Amino acid sequence: MSGHGFDYHGLRLVARGSGVLWWPEGGLLVVADLHLGKSERLARRGGPLLPPYEGLATLERLAAEVDALAPQVIVSLGDAFDDMAAVPALDEAVLARLQALARARDWIWLAGNHDPAVPQGLPGRLVGQLALGRAVLCHEPCDTIPEPQICGHFHPVVRLAGERRRAFLLGARRLILPAFGAYTGGLDCDDPALAAVVPRGLAIACGSRPLVLPVGAPRPSAAIRRRR
Amino acid sequence: MILPELFQDWFVCQGWQPHPHQLALLAAEGDSLLIAPTGGGKTLAGFLPSLVELAPVAGPDGYLENGERAGVGLHTLYVSPLKALTADIARNLARPVAELGLDLRIEDRTGDTGPAQRRRQRIDPPQILLTTPESLALMLSYPEAPAIFGSLRRVVLDELHALAESKRGDQLMLGLARLRALAPDLRVTGLSATVEDPQALAGFMAGARPVEIVEADSGPDPDIAILPTARPAPWAGGGGHYAIPEVLAAVKAARTTIIFINTRAQAELFFQALWAANDENLPIGLHHGSLAREQRQRVEAAMAAGELRAVVATGSLDLGIDWGAVDLVIQIGAPKNVKRLVQRIGRANHRYNAPSVARIVPANRFEQIECVAALQAVKARDLDGAPRGPGPLDVLCQHILLTACAGPFDADALFAEVGTAGPYHGLARADFDACLEFAATGGYALRAYDRWQRLMLQGGLWRLRDPRAARLLRMNVGTIVEAEMLKVRLRGRGGAPLGEVEEGFAASLVPGDTFLIGGRVVRMDALREMVVEVTPDPGRQPRIAVYSGVKLAMSTQLAHRVLALIGDPARHDDLPPDTRDWLARQAEVSRLPEPGLLLSESFPHAGLWHFALYGFAGRNALQTLGLLITREMEAAGLGPLGFLATDYALLVWSLDQVADPAPLLDGARLRAGLGDWLGDNAVMKRTFRNVATIAGLIQRNMPGLRKSGRQATFSSDILYDTLRRYDPGHLLLRVTAEEAGRGLVDFGRIEEMLDRSPRRDHRILTRVSPLAAPLLLELGRVPIRGEGRERLARIEAEALMAEAGLQDFA
Repeated sequence: MSGHGFDYHGLRLVARGSGVLWWPEGGLLVVADLHLGKSERLARRGGPLLPPYEGLATLERLAAEVDALAPQVIVSLGDAFDDMAAVPALDEAVLARLQALARARDWIWLAGNHDPAVPQGLPGRLVGQLALGRAVLCHEPCDTIPEPQICGHFHPVVRLAGERRRAFLLGARRLILPAFGAYTGGLDCDDPALAAVVPRGLAIACGSRPLVLPVGAPRPSAAIRRRR
Repeated sequence: MILPELFQDWFVCQGWQPHPHQLALLAAEGDSLLIAPTGGGKTLAGFLPSLVELAPVAGPDGYLENGERAGVGLHTLYVSPLKALTADIARNLARPVAELGLDLRIEDRTGDTGPAQRRRQRIDPPQILLTTPESLALMLSYPEAPAIFGSLRRVVLDELHALAESKRGDQLMLGLARLRALAPDLRVTGLSATVEDPQALAGFMAGARPVEIVEADSGPDPDIAILPTARPAPWAGGGGHYAIPEVLAAVKAARTTIIFINTRAQAELFFQALWAANDENLPIGLHHGSLAREQRQRVEAAMAAGELRAVVATGSLDLGIDWGAVDLVIQIGAPKNVKRLVQRIGRANHRYNAPSVARIVPANRFEQIECVAALQAVKARDLDGAPRGPGPLDVLCQHILLTACAGPFDADALFAEVGTAGPYHGLARADFDACLEFAATGGYALRAYDRWQRLMLQGGLWRLRDPRAARLLRMNVGTIVEAEMLKVRLRGRGGAPLGEVEEGFAASLVPGDTFLIGGRVVRMDALREMVVEVTPDPGRQPRIAVYSGVKLAMSTQLAHRVLALIGDPARHDDLPPDTRDWLARQAEVSRLPEPGLLLSESFPHAGLWHFALYGFAGRNALQTLGLLITREMEAAGLGPLGFLATDYALLVWSLDQVADPAPLLDGARLRAGLGDWLGDNAVMKRTFRNVATIAGLIQRNMPGLRKSGRQATFSSDILYDTLRRYDPGHLLLRVTAEEAGRGLVDFGRIEEMLDRSPRRDHRILTRVSPLAAPLLLELGRVPIRGEGRERLARIEAEALMAEAGLQDFA
């Protein structure tokens, strides 16, 4: 899995094709919106009975990145759990995986709107926000927090070659991470809710090789596209 | 039952004689199935027994002493695949009912019926209720179902031949089994167009119960021929535009014409080409399933009012309203299937005992042969049709959940009841239990959680754990799963809806792109809140919308006829001269395919080696074969670059030559390859999406869901991948594999092809053979997957960055 390197307010960052953000200098890995326990919450509330395997699927993908990068710190950028009741209901295999990932490194939970409190019985510590160089890590973009910000929450996706791909959204003062959880939907980058947060900038589409494209600018004419 | 005097008098007043098949249905003591061409008074035949039975209570003598009518409750249920048909039937029945002096409530109940009317129907049902399979399933899911349907005496199933071809029919048959349990005296009458195997259709309708099959006189032979044209059919393509002058002339000579064409995109293009040549401004309309409902209804109304001289249509007009005025049917492109051709021909001239007139326009050289073979099959009354597989389990899963919505049920009793439905006759208990398990808990191997419980067993009965779940389940009734479609609207406030395009196509559009919809060229302005906004832009060259719908593959029987015709030069006199010459040249240069022989060729062309295989196994099977063979070629280092599949042949191009195709065509190896390849294939994922939606794993409709795009929907592909990885034995994966094997993957026909061709002949040529030449011109080339898609995305992203002047950032 390769990555796209870029500068963000003095930080040299890498947007990994898997959807995690990597800061090599600090050995710090940021992952957003794991939404563990999602199928459990839906089932509990009388919704569809989705395959109860998304926790394993999500953490196996995360483990592959941890193996590849050997981070000293892992930051969960909020909404690691689909709701607080999902924490005690976590499958043992998922719990064991999570503990293995947190072993021998610092694990920091940022609170999200789905998981505002300290996850009981899990490794790591909970904080509201976290400074990274000049930037602030927090779950949701917020006017009361100093910019530049690095956030999750929106699950951005872009349409590329007829496919929807999860994507990083890189604006002048906000960097939005894609959702990492297996069962997370996506919000189009040109959706008004996202356009309000990052009006113009670049999207970095996830995939075995990350691809960069502009967002917010008027899309090039059809004539250009047909030339290829 | 004999026809009472009241009815005899009515027939006399109309100047009619009851048709023999109408009297036969009346006389039938149990279930019956009427096979009749359109225009044979089929609908009246279906309702006549009901009207006769209801006459004593609904007629002039049917009052009680207190002057009121005796309550009969719901007496007859009519089910049709088309909503529009129910309204039409209500109107058509009203006249005889009034003339007979019957005091009857006849109402329809479809997705369009308002809530007040629905409520009233649940409390006080009409004597005759007209509905669709989906609305019936919904009504059966209400706790009041026993009260509503307990009085039911008769069920009339219209267009049964069409229902039997899809899962809607399976759902209907499960509903019918429920109805029989609620009203044991029920008698069922099926109405069907001409089918190849009436006995099989009877079994579908009634399972093990006896059925009286009534075959109406099929009338005089149709007047059907290939439309003579000044220009010969082109080598390749499917548009049929070469025949525009002759089609227009035929339209002019007839009163009203339906022009059938196989796909929506072709219909759009043909319609446009027709108008471009329509100097006299003959009123010609367009009708297909991607057009907005308002537009379709306008065309239908204009057609019914006799205002149109012709309508260009797809399968959307295969069923439905009887337009007595239609006197000509033109089929553009080979019909692919003889039965469908016969049924379409029947749309012309709905007057009983007048011959139907139909003309066929083959779209290319191969189709010329196919059309001749199809005409010979029509003359021989040799209809095709694959036997139906057993009832699909995803439909059963939905049925179990909806049954639970109506009230607690006993598993043994439900199993017994389901077994009385034709498609589920012979259902294994283990399969039923697997479906019940899925409905109850999701059916996951790793199931340690008590929260995964939709149904629970209490006092020996299965019931919904949370009664509120019923609402969600009812919102998702039905077996019709559409591709993700986006609406197309004219720009501006309250812009008129034009129709729908596939989401994938919409996603490939950028503002300024033009495409065809509803016969007009429009320019894409914006994609806003899941609506494509457009402005009319006549005169621009449009891109072609990729409408949904897999192309129908040529039927096995028709393929055999085509192969037999090609392989027997003595019969080539039946073909047009240019086609005859083409085949003669093929015989000289290479050889002709023939029954029992599988011919293949290798030849160089445009710097690449080409491998052509004349399998005559239908488009879907040959496409699958293409994927499997190119995988083998990749492994063998032959460097396959792409392939193309038609109904007749497979063409693969590669860097190196296929010298010996035998290892590529080894049945066991192909089957092994199928297992590996299938899992990861888009065809499987699409099939899974349908299965998972019908079975209730994915819910299309959620209460209060706003189209903000913020909803947490995610691709069903993720569920598929997750299940494959962590729960490969899951019921829905099994159902998906079975269904794909029969449908899109069609591996059965690859095996059929290998079995029927004990002899193989591989010719290595120095240049393109005559038979292969048209293949080189066909559209629909499939590049070999792998790096290709990634490369495409990279090029597109780079172009976007360059255009925005940002190439240095990438």
